[in-house]
Amino acid sequence: MGVDRNGKDGWLTTTVDSLANWARKNSLWPMPFGTACCGIEFMSALASRHDLARFGAEAIRFSPRQSDLMIVAGRVPIKLMPVLTRIYEQMPEPKWVISMGACASSGGVFDTYSVIQGIDNFLPVDVYLPGCPPRPEAILDGLILIQKMIKKDSLRHYKVPVEEADV
Amino acid sequence: MLPKDQLAVVLKDKFQDSFIEITEFRGMLTIHILGEEVVSLLRTLKTDPRFAFNFLANITAVDHLEMGGHARFSVVYHLLNQHEVRRIVVRAWVDEENPRLPSATPLWNTADWQEREVFDLFGIEFEGHPNLTRIMNPDYFQYHPLRKDYPLSGRGERDNFKVVKRSIGSKWQDRRSFE
Repeated sequence: MGVDRNGKDGWLTTTVDSLANWARKNSLWPMPFGTACCGIEFMSALASRHDLARFGAEAIRFSPRQSDLMIVAGRVPIKLMPVLTRIYEQMPEPKWVISMGACASSGGVFDTYSVIQGIDNFLPVDVYLPGCPPRPEAILDGLILIQKMIKKDSLRHYKVPVEEADV
Repeated sequence: MLPKDQLAVVLKDKFQDSFIEITEFRGMLTIHILGEEVVSLLRTLKTDPRFAFNFLANITAVDHLEMGGHARFSVVYHLLNQHEVRRIVVRAWVDEENPRLPSATPLWNTADWQEREVFDLFGIEFEGHPNLTRIMNPDYFQYHPLRKDYPLSGRGERDNFKVVKRSIGSKWQDRRSFE
């Protein structure tokens, strides 16, 4: 974006891409999928000391239809995986996923028959946060990475493939 | 409450060959009995005023696959006498071929969910249970995971789910870069 010095005062020139990306990255609406202690740590990232609102992501929605950033915080057992997939599919595009903590990213210490060994086996994950659980600073860092990612996006990427558009 | 030797005599008299033995560990008595007679033993322990164990604290099970024992499985009942604050353990031994037990739900309603848990994790069936379905694992689950011959990491249950890809164009698929 730049201020147009030659024209009348109060005009900006920009591209549609950077305007849309600017709006998107500064008002992410997270949906916490908190199943364990990482969910508690995410709450403290929202609270006044760390204050996720500084990055425009304070509007927590527990409905997937109103959110664009899913934060999977905690271990996902086999009974919950179909639920998680369904919630992801219910989110409107564009959407991003943070896999928070060791359990969501890799199963963590729970190498058992009932725990999914990393949600990225079944879902597209954008940012992994290491830690058990990650500190709130790590959550802020992950959010900033998502913002950088959004900044690089272009509306031209949103072309829906033909075979999927027919469905 | 009777001392250990007298209790053994009383139970031997009442249950004959079904009664196996009484063991003691740190002051806690354990009555070992064959599976089919366990509910009549529990009823005796509940209703007989000499025992009056009015509360069923817990039901669990043990798989003695390589540990030795009187049979492969033992279902363990922890009873509590709330008036005298005494506890006792009943261990019902069940064979591997046909793991069946009579249900304790007519005596204590709390046996309902605990027997479902034992059924879910060990595959021991309780006859007369009002709703013997899995309580923790999903209904489609085929195995009983706390049996010792079930591998810890399962038989592929955790690897078989629908894979969701990014729904938007091919450029979108490799956008995992920040700089």
